[in-house]
Amino acid sequence: MNVSIGGVAHSYGELRTIESLDLEVAADGVVGLVGPSGCGKSTLLELICGLQEPDAGTIAVGGAGGAEERLASCAYMPQRDELLPWYSAIDNAALALRNQGQGRAQARRGAAELFDRFGLAGFEEKAPGELSGGMRQRVAFLRTLVSGKPVLALDEPFAALDAITRAEMQEWLAAALQADPRTVVLVTHDVEEALYLADHVAVLSARPARIVASFETPAPRAPDRDAAVTDPGFVAARERALRALHEGAR
Amino acid sequence: MKRWLYPLALLAALIGLWQLAASTGFMADVMNLPDFLVPSPAEIANSLWDERTLLLEYGWVTLQEIVLGFLLAIVVGVAFAVTMHFSRTIRLAAYPLVVASQTIPIVVISPILVIWFGFGLTPKLLIIALICFFPVTVATVDGLRSVDPAAIKLMRTLYASRVQIFWRVEAPAALPAFFSGARIAVAIAPIGAVFAEWVGANEGLGRLIFIGTANYQVDLTFAAVFVLSLIAIALYALVAIAERRIVSWR
Repeated sequence: MNVSIGGVAHSYGELRTIESLDLEVAADGVVGLVGPSGCGKSTLLELICGLQEPDAGTIAVGGAGGAEERLASCAYMPQRDELLPWYSAIDNAALALRNQGQGRAQARRGAAELFDRFGLAGFEEKAPGELSGGMRQRVAFLRTLVSGKPVLALDEPFAALDAITRAEMQEWLAAALQADPRTVVLVTHDVEEALYLADHVAVLSARPARIVASFETPAPRAPDRDAAVTDPGFVAARERALRALHEGAR
Repeated sequence: MKRWLYPLALLAALIGLWQLAASTGFMADVMNLPDFLVPSPAEIANSLWDERTLLLEYGWVTLQEIVLGFLLAIVVGVAFAVTMHFSRTIRLAAYPLVVASQTIPIVVISPILVIWFGFGLTPKLLIIALICFFPVTVATVDGLRSVDPAAIKLMRTLYASRVQIFWRVEAPAALPAFFSGARIAVAIAPIGAVFAEWVGANEGLGRLIFIGTANYQVDLTFAAVFVLSLIAIALYALVAIAERRIVSWR
């Protein structure tokens, strides 16, 4: 399902967060949005998900433009994992199924399948507090996958992790999206993460956000991350993105 | 040494000192009072034993008042907190009044309640519930509002209805705060019970304390206070145990 954003503007009262922004995300494509902190990236995700309405412009998800229709197609993964401590890992992952009216046992069965496929087997009954940061993010990501929604809005999913775990998680997410392709809008402040995970990167300016650079990435989601990110083509793309980022931050 | 042994040892030492000071007549001399007005712990224990039937009977009356009044406050307080949580209008209108109502001393209105409802159980329940209502309501309102807004946005994209968000996210999140309020409420409920019985009652520990002091039976008064303390400590412990069992993720 594609996402199409045209001339979107948004503000919180006097504070203009987004200004005349255009963005196209192809069905099952992954777009990485990089920009300085507080530039309105998270707001953009909420707009796409139908959690807010823009002041001007149009946002269509799979051709439908209403907030309710967008909400029906998009799953949101916030910056913090927001796992509920009163539920086990699998009950957290199964929340979307429970909310749709499935019984607990049935919902757990639905989520258990993904636990096996994505390397979380054996962690089903763990409380969120017993999981490492990386594991928590995996459960949080599965929770959005289980929703079965075609569009995923990921808000700096790995920002809180240390560098090594983050690299592992990027490889894991790349493999997960290979196995279960979705349309993804990934917000991050990590240029390398965007270039590695996305097939298209858009660089945003400081507030009010607009797109200052936009390009295809050299080797999206290559299986060997270490090789991919040290490839000359990747390094050149990173330089380009970083310069655009500094340019736009002014 | 176990942790609970420390306060127990201190308590034993204090009672020992009191016994010594009272049985030698030292305390009465210092206070310039006749001996019978300054009973020793042993004399109070005697009185506890001699008046055990009366103390049990009156203790039972007071216990019922405290438990029922406390439960009434819980039910009404939680219902009120949830109503204020769901309706901004009601919250804006009622919350300042709830806070302001705390400035009215119960002392002032309890005689009115006795005039209206007589010497039976009703005015006592109302007085206790009025005292317990405030900490329960305010703590629960705060608890319900403590949820990270991102968690609610996340739930909305996972198909959750408003009611599902309440039961799966807000209500569990509010439980620790609710129990903090309940613990305060159960600790002050015995004060309310004694006060209610002073204003108008034929039986109960508060009534006994009133009669004991009026007749200079200080040992009987102390015995009644002792039973009342046991009730208060036991109820507090019950609430704390319930909290530990229900809020198991903490």
